[in-house]
Order: sequence, then structure tokens, then C-alpha cells
Amino acid sequence: MIKAILIFNNHGKPRLSKFYQRYSEDTQQQIIRETFHLVSKRDENVCNFLEGGLLIGGSDNKLIYRHYATLYFVFCVDSSESELGILDLIQVFVETLDKCFENVCELDLIFHVDKVHNILAEMVMGGMVLETNMNEIVTQIDAQNKLEKSEAGLAGAPARAVSAVKNMNLPEIPRNINIGDISIKVPNLPTFK
Amino acid sequence: MPAVSKGDGMRGLAVFISDIRNCKSKEAEIKRINKELANIRSKFKGDKALDGYSKKKYVCKLLFIFLLGHDIDFGHMEAVNLLSSNRYTEKQIGYLFISVLVNSNSELIRLINNAIKNDLASRNPTFMGLALHCIANVGSREMAEAFAGEIPKILVAGDTMDSVKQSAALCLLRLYRTSPDLVPMGDWTSRVVHLLNDQHLGVVTAATSLITTLAQKNPEEFKTSVSLAVSRLSRIVTSASTDLQDYTYYFVPAPWLSVKLLRLLQCYPPPEDPAVRGRLTECLETILNKAQEPPKSKKVQHSNAKNAVLFEAISLIIHHDSEPNLLVRACNQLGQFLQHRETNLRYLALESMCTLASSEFSHEAVKTHIETVINALKTERDVSVRQRAVDLLYAMCDRSNAQQIVAEMLNYLETADYSIREEIVLKVAILAEKYAVDYTWYVDTILNLIRIAGDYVSEEVWYRVIQIVINRDDVQGYAAKTVFEALQAPACHENLVKVGGYILGEFGNLIAGDPRSSPLIQFNLLHSKFHLCSVPTRALLLSTYIKFVNLFPEIKTTIQDVLRSDSQLKNADVELQQRAVEYLRLSTIASTDILATVLEEMPPFPERESSILAKLKKKKGPGTVTDLEEIKKERSSDMNGSAEPASVNASAVSTPSPSADLLGLGAAPLTNSAPPPSSSGSLLVDVFSDSASAVAPLAPGSDDNFASPDLASSEVVSEEPADTVHDADELFHKFVCKNNGVLFENQLLQIGLKSEFRQNLGRMFIFYGNKTSTQFLNFTPTVICSDDLQPSLNLQTKPVDPTVDGGAQVQQVVNIECVSDFMEAPILNIQFSPKQEVQNIFKAKHPMDAEITKAKIIGFGSALLEEVDPNPANFVGAGIIHTKTTQIGCLLRLEPNLQAQMYRLTLRTSKEAVSQRLCELLSEQF
Repeated sequence: MIKAILIFNNHGKPRLSKFYQRYSEDTQQQIIRETFHLVSKRDENVCNFLEGGLLIGGSDNKLIYRHYATLYFVFCVDSSESELGILDLIQVFVETLDKCFENVCELDLIFHVDKVHNILAEMVMGGMVLETNMNEIVTQIDAQNKLEKSEAGLAGAPARAVSAVKNMNLPEIPRNINIGDISIKVPNLPTFK
Repeated sequence: MPAVSKGDGMRGLAVFISDIRNCKSKEAEIKRINKELANIRSKFKGDKALDGYSKKKYVCKLLFIFLLGHDIDFGHMEAVNLLSSNRYTEKQIGYLFISVLVNSNSELIRLINNAIKNDLASRNPTFMGLALHCIANVGSREMAEAFAGEIPKILVAGDTMDSVKQSAALCLLRLYRTSPDLVPMGDWTSRVVHLLNDQHLGVVTAATSLITTLAQKNPEEFKTSVSLAVSRLSRIVTSASTDLQDYTYYFVPAPWLSVKLLRLLQCYPPPEDPAVRGRLTECLETILNKAQEPPKSKKVQHSNAKNAVLFEAISLIIHHDSEPNLLVRACNQLGQFLQHRETNLRYLALESMCTLASSEFSHEAVKTHIETVINALKTERDVSVRQRAVDLLYAMCDRSNAQQIVAEMLNYLETADYSIREEIVLKVAILAEKYAVDYTWYVDTILNLIRIAGDYVSEEVWYRVIQIVINRDDVQGYAAKTVFEALQAPACHENLVKVGGYILGEFGNLIAGDPRSSPLIQFNLLHSKFHLCSVPTRALLLSTYIKFVNLFPEIKTTIQDVLRSDSQLKNADVELQQRAVEYLRLSTIASTDILATVLEEMPPFPERESSILAKLKKKKGPGTVTDLEEIKKERSSDMNGSAEPASVNASAVSTPSPSADLLGLGAAPLTNSAPPPSSSGSLLVDVFSDSASAVAPLAPGSDDNFASPDLASSEVVSEEPADTVHDADELFHKFVCKNNGVLFENQLLQIGLKSEFRQNLGRMFIFYGNKTSTQFLNFTPTVICSDDLQPSLNLQTKPVDPTVDGGAQVQQVVNIECVSDFMEAPILNIQFSPKQEVQNIFKAKHPMDAEITKAKIIGFGSALLEEVDPNPANFVGAGIIHTKTTQIGCLLRLEPNLQAQMYRLTLRTSKEAVSQRLCELLSEQF
């Protein structure tokens, strides 16, 4: 079973945390810090598995992680999961994110936390692998987007209009927020080999 | 086209996130967040109803704030409201919020459950999916109560869509994990098993996960899944890589499903049906064969997926442990991986080999890789991998390679990561003991451990080496010599001082013949470390010194000088001070014989299981060590048999042997008894004593009793407050759980007990304390066994001196043999006469003139003792009556009371009749 899925950047800033086992909010934050500490001190090119930290359950659990450019993807799993299988699952997750966001980068995860959660939910449910077929996952996400669009087209328009009026005093904000317009330069992820 | 276009986000959310990211300091960030929280709170509380879009935006902001590590204590209600929206986007964000920020507020759970119920009934697959996700992610008991009956129906219904089936399977699995009692088994179970045949591989994957978990608890119920899983696996393994289309991952057909199926099969023994079994063997062979084929892609994903299946297949082969051919092939495959350039594969190969090492078919094959594993220990850059190498070396160790493996582990220990040192120390200690043919090697190994990693050597380890040295006289001389040499090092670890102190205190005499390790040199060596050590170690060394007094009388004065020094006798630490005082006194007053008895060499320790093993088990968690140990033990007896003469010795030390349970934990309880005297003579008291803690003082850990368990005994009785008269029954019952203490006490007499037991034999010391200031005469305690008791209990009582001086204590030894179990307690009958003092109070018959009184006392023939009595008005006299046969000492005291015109006369002689007669005679004179 997958106990937790964590994404944080090279400085330990959490970008996604999903716990499938109940921990208090405080403990969750401590686990993120502990995991970052364990993972970030490891060299590149060492193995991708290590024993879990004390907070998440010690040596009964393994941390399986991958490091992509600025982000660490860490899955904490118990002994019933195949290490290499989870490693591939991380890859599928990232490839799916890449398809959904087109050259995914850290900023995408920051500004679309809800989307990232939705994508993850198509792959992992209650700590078990739900779907590994990338095409199937992307199809589901596409369908969700269509639903969203159609709702936005019919009923969402008034809401948007109201919201636009409320923000009248901020005319310099463009109508459609484009990530590229915010002047923060973030290196893109390398394309997947 | 990307599935998520980057421009469709919520503007307010994007602005807020950008603000946070632009904050220059943590304080600014917190300030911005607090501002936003206040804003959202006011929006939620405001009387204007928020539209769905706004609610969604604010909930997203809260999620973001939560991710940054801030507690969110509101918004739950708004999220619940979103659940009942008909719009997908709003419903989705509501569910997301609840999944991430569940609150155990029962009122909310009820509302959430209501919304879930509606969505499950909606027949809208998207809404059903959201609801099932929510149940699976929260997985609370309340949810299990509400939905555990419903979900199996959704799972097996014919018209349920595939994606919903997948979700339903995992949702049920989650509920079963959290509340197995609420998930009823029933008709649906057989239909779930048939999902293994489903067309949709996603459904099969989810169903396999569910069945694997259910089958672990209910193997009978899901037995039919074995053949279905085998045929499914067979179809996947033999399919061309394109057959499964989307479920082919980098040219590997359905790797996740294959892994899950192989896991499911590990819940069961090898299939009994030969056809199924043959088919499975074929599958496993195919998987092993494929590993040898050239890769279809250079991508790491290809090799990962392929090897994930391969490792799972090997796990199944090891689990079945029945096909020697497959086991050896598996071992060879892992052997290849040990040298693979991928670190991940080396790691997993080491891990799998650990379990393989415990299989009797492949143990020898695993051993052939020893050089590679040792090399891994030396060259791997990654501590995770090195740790697996240590585990594997430990698992593959047997008598043939123990010396090499222990040497390599010791070698590695010098540079090992701090995080794994303690574990390595424990492993080395266990292996060294378990496979010691030659105990000198064992002693060397442990001393090396202390030298290399003293800080990581726990008490269990050094206790154990002492136990073994004490129990094996063939190694004692060597141990003494070795610790003596090790102590020569200018800086040695305190643990070495402890071991050295203990061993030289016991066996220093064995090397004292050599002038280079003469008694004085030994003592000076130890004492040179003394001041650098902690209090417990110094306490131990003091005990060593008093043992030296016995071993080496020639250095007694040197040791006494040390004990007498201010730094000892006036040490601020009460334990050290007490030891110094007691040992000094003991060495001064005790005769050589007594010293030799008190400071005798420690008796052998009871043979018992090494506590180190227990510690390792505790450290590694249950299962990991135990199973291996058990299996290995069996195997070594199978394979090695009794051909190796040393195996007897080794196993005697390392395994618990209930038949030689010297601790007496399992022995039948023994019974002691002692009745106290009462005014009428003898009140009967039962004493019942258990033998449980008998040997405790001998363990090396209990430094307190290190050298002289007997020293304490004389104090035992006086520990109780002397003035109180305890209820005899109450005191008696205390002995159910302890061996020492006060059995009885009244104004005249205190009876204390101290007892120890070895198996069916026991020895009890009864201490009789005379609490009066006068002698007890004819003191005769007798222990009586009733007729019923006699066949079960043998008691031998040594007679006691019939006179007990006032304030003195006598000791009686009772040897006990428990022949068989018994109920009733023996009886202790005590008789004595305290009367040799006679007193009389009488009216003055003459004027109370001090001078005349003095003259009369002197005239009576006794000496008048002035200034003896604290009261100067009293008269005290003393004299001796000489007869031909004996001399009778006489003491007298006359206390005048002028006001009352009375005297009190007290006579005490060594013979009662004399006291009586003298009192009569003198009472008439004053």
C-alpha cells in the first residue's frame, strides 16, 4: 500500500502532499520535512530506494523517489508494493503531468494544485494503484476538462462576469492569466527520454 | 493539445499565489496568508450567498494555504455545500477539499455521507467515481458503516461501468483495511474472483489488489483465485508485446498486473492441481528466460518494468520453496544482478538473496556469491545498498564462512555509517557467539567490537561476553590475558574497562604468575583508568578491587590504602562511598576464610537465549529476524547434523534450553514457613515463597550485588521499621513475590528471611532478632512439616545457639528440597524464655538516705558503680557469685522515688533463679 505521495522542490517547499494513512496536520508537515531531509542529502545516481523515516513508520516502509530537475517525487510504500513497479508509476505520473500541462514545470504544479490532485486521483486511490494506462488516464482528464468547459460555457459565464466586475480596480491584470506573463523564470523540466 | 490549458485558472487564485511567491520573508508570507484567511472567512460568513465559482476559488486558496503548512480550521462547511452542487467542477473541488482536509467532526461526516449516498445513487459514473474516491481516501469507520454493504453490490453489478468497478474494488479494499468487521463476506466474493477474467485490465488490476488482501485473511474463501490468476498470468506472459495495447509499458505486457498476480499467488502454497502447477512453472520459466533475452529498448523504463516482474517471480519461487531447479536459476539471476551497473538492481538483488539464503535448496548457491557481497560492502557508494549487503552476509553466514564474514563485518565497522553501526555490532556479536568453535575467537571478536565501535556496544553485548567467559572455564585464562593486553592501550573505551574489570576480578589470578601481569601491575592498570570512568564503572571497579583482596592477599594493603583515601571514603556519590566503606571494613575485619567465601568466583550463569538476539529482533521489527533464525536453525541441523563436534557447545550457549532452566522460572513453587512467638507461645504463620527472582543478584548487570551478595544479608532484617508490629499474615503474603524481608515482628522478636532457590533446591536463612535488651534463653526454633507435607518437602534445619543476647541477631539455615508440588506451608515454632531479669517495686522500709543505701550495697558484696546511670540518684552495682561449677555475673540497679517513697529494684544475672533469689533478699533491705 502507498502510505503517502509527496512532491517537493530542491529547497524542500512542498508542491503536493497526499496521505493515504491518517496523520495529524502537524505530523504531515514533519513527515514532509523529514523525508526531504533524507532524500535531499543523497547523491545523484545512487539507488532510488531507502528505508522510511521514523515518523512514517521506520524500516517497515520504503521511500521510493525520483528527482526531476527542480522537483522530488517521493512515494512512501509498505512491503506489499514492488519497488520497481512504484518507480515506473512515478514515471507514468510525471509523463501524464507532462501530457496534461505540455512540458510540465514546477509552476504548473503550484498554480494548478487541484488539477494535479485530479490527475493523481485517476492513478492512485486510497493508497492502491487504480490505473496505470497513461492513455486511459489522459482520456479521463480530457473528459473532466470538457465537462468543466461546458459548465463554464453555460453557467460559469455569469460567475466570471461578476468576478471580473469585482476586480475592476485591477485593470492591469490580463483577462486570461497566462503563466508566461508572470515574470518568474523557472527552468523547464528536461524532456523525457 | 494539452489536457489542461494554462489560461483557464481562477484569476484571484493566481494573483494570491503570485503574491505569496513574491513575499520576501516568512513574516511577509504569514501576513499575506492571514490577510487572505480573514478575507475568505468574512466572505464565507457574509450574508450574501456566494456563487459556486467563488466558493471553488476560495476552497482552492485554502488548499494552497494548507499545503504551505498552515492549519485550516474553517471552510469545511462550504466544502460540504459544494458536494451537493450539480456542477461537476464544484462537486469535484468539494470532494478534493474533504479528501485532503478530513475532519472527524461527526456532524460533518453525516452530511458528507449524505452527499456520497446521493452521488452513488446518481448512476452518473463521474459522480460515482468522485464519491468512491472520497470514501477510499477518508476511509473512516462511519463511512464503512454507511457504505460497506453497498459497495460490493456496485462492484459486481452487471451494468456497472469499468471505471466505476475499478474504483469500487479499491474503495472496498480500503474499507476492509480500516474496518474488516464491517465488510460482510457473501455471494459477491465468488463474483469478485471472476473479475480476474474481466476484459478490462484496469478492472483486473484493481480486483487483484482487493482479492490479495481479502485472501490473506480468508484463504479458503478465495482459493479459486489461484487457478484464475495462473491462467491470466500465463496469457499475459506469453502474449506478444503488442497484444495488450495500452497496457503494454515500454514493450513489457501489463507489468503492474503481472506483479499483482504474482503477489496474489504468494498468499497460497504451490497449486495442488498438477495442470495448474505445470502452467505456473512454465510462466515462471518464461519470465526467467526473458531476463536473458536482449532488451527490446534501451530505456530504463523497459528494464524497470521487465525486472519488476522478474523480482516478483523470484519472490514467488522463494515463497514456494519447492522447485530446486527454479530456486537455483533464481539465485543465478540474482547473482547477475549483484554485478549490474544499475544500483537499483544491485539493491534489490541483495534484498531478495537474503530471503533466498534461508531456503535449504539455495543456501549453498547463495554462499557462492560471498566475495561479490563483501565487495559490495567495500565499494558501494550508497549506504542503503551497503546495509542490504550487511543483511545478506548475516543471512548467508554459517559455520563454514563465519570467520570470514565476521572479519569482514568488523573491517567494515571501522568506516561504517553511524546510522547502521549498532545493528552491525549486534549482528557481529550474534554470529561470533553462534558459530564460535573456538571461544578464544569469540573473545577476540567481542573485544575488537568494543575497540572499534565501543559507543555502539550495548549492555547486552558486554554482559553476554562475561556470561560466556564465566560459564566456560577453557577460555577464562585467555580472556584474562586478552583483556589485560587490551587495557594497555592508552585510551580504551569504558566498555572495555567494564569487561576488563569484571574478568580480571574473577580470573586475574590465572595470569598473575607472569611477572608482566603480576597482581600489582593488574591493579595499577585498572586503577589508572578509574578516574576517567563514569560512576557505574567505578562502582564495578571497586568490586574488582575487593575481589583482588581475596585473590591477591599480597596487595591487600595497597588496595586498602586506595579504599581509605578521601576520594573514596568521602566520595560525593553515595553508592561509591558505601562500597568503599563496606569493602574497606570487610577487608579489615573478615578472616581469610570469610573473604574467600564472600568473594568466591561467580557461579555459572544459567544457560539462556542471548538477549542480543532479542535486541536485534526488536530493532529490525518482528518477522525479519525470527523467521530466518528459525529456518536456519532447522536447516543447520538437517545439513550439518551432529557431524561437527562443536555444534553441541555452540547451540548450548545460543539456544534456550528449558530443561536446564536454572533461573527456576518454571519450577514448582517452594514453601517456607515461620510462626512467631506470641504471649501464649506459638502462633502459627504460613509462609509461601515463589522462587522466581532467585538468581537475579548474579547477573553481571546488577552491579550492586557484584561481589558480595552476602554483605547485604545482615541488613535485610533491619530494613523494616523496628517499632511497628506488622500483621503477620500481611507480611507472610509478601513472600509470594519476593525472597527477602521481614516475616514477623512484635515487641520482643523480629524474624527476617532471605532465601534463594536453584531448581528444586533452596536455602533459606532465618534471622531472629532479639528486640529487647535482655537475653533470650532456651531459644529453640523448630520447623515442622505436617504428615501430609513430609513426602513433598524435605527440610534440614541447623540448630541455633539457645541464647540470644539483647539486641543481637542469630541466623538459622534451612536447606529445602522440593520433592513434589504441595499446598500447605510448613510451620515454624519458636520457644524461648526472655526472663533472666527480675524486677521488684516496693515501699521504702527505711529512711531513703543515699549514703546508707550505698553502704548497704557495698556491704552486700557488689561493687558500686558511680556515674554509670544517667540518673545520678540511681544506684548501680555489679558483682560475681562464684560457685564451684560456674560463675554467675550479677548486675543490679536500684531506683529511688523520693516523692512516692518507693524503690524499683532490677536484678539481672546469667541465671534466672539467682536473679530471683537476689531480688527477694535485697527487696527487704531498703
